[in-house]
Amino acid sequence: MQVPVLKQGYFLIASIQSALSDGDLIELRDNLSNKVGRFRSRGVIIDVTVLDVIDSFATRTLRAVAQMLKLRGAETVIVGIQPDVAFAMVQLGLTLEGVGTALDLEEGLAHLDRLTKRTVNNGQ
Amino acid sequence: MANDTQVTVNSAADIVTAREKGRALAVELGFIGSDLTMIATAISEVARNIVDHAKKGKIMLAPIRNGHTRGISVVAKDEGPGIANIPLAMQYGYSSRQGVGVGLPGAKWLMDDFKIDTKIGKGTMITMKKWLH
Repeated sequence: MQVPVLKQGYFLIASIQSALSDGDLIELRDNLSNKVGRFRSRGVIIDVTVLDVIDSFATRTLRAVAQMLKLRGAETVIVGIQPDVAFAMVQLGLTLEGVGTALDLEEGLAHLDRLTKRTVNNGQ
Repeated sequence: MANDTQVTVNSAADIVTAREKGRALAVELGFIGSDLTMIATAISEVARNIVDHAKKGKIMLAPIRNGHTRGISVVAKDEGPGIANIPLAMQYGYSSRQGVGVGLPGAKWLMDDFKIDTKIGKGTMITMKKWLH
């Protein structure tokens, strides 16, 4: 199941639609890395609202995606982690350290606005 | 009444099937909320262990009962290389591959009971249970 990636101004929004296999996650990683270059994106939102499981592999991949995109010059925000999923992740000792998170898409966009504005201001 | 289910695990895609079937059985048995997520996540970790180390195996899901307490049993069985050092494999942060080393110890934390039987060259059987409280 491919994850659709929408372009919204300087940002990309990857909206996960169903449970993802390991292969789907890797594909998403590569797809985002390419698109950030093609669209010169400053920020990426990955919406995981529909995921009922975020296990060790998914966490590791999401962290890797954020680090890769950072090297490509874009900030990543993961949005929509469900309460039960957050609970299980904490039980597993899994963290998304170094990766931005926000409650939902709206908060995620606001977060990216702040992050990328700061970058622009610092550059002036 | 809920029945036993078996999922053949031959590829990473089967990991998703295994945890979805496990969640479905857990719902039937009356589990709710974070218990469902914990069961599905634990299944995901042991199924990935099969794919990574043994290539193929199976996940067996069954309703269990202990007096008046009901629960779910998850058995992950493979005929892979076996685990040479169980304490090491269960050590948080240790991975024989480039993984995060969270899978097996994590699955143990998510479930109520967790047992590993393994024989070098013969395979591994992990039995996990979660009880309805």
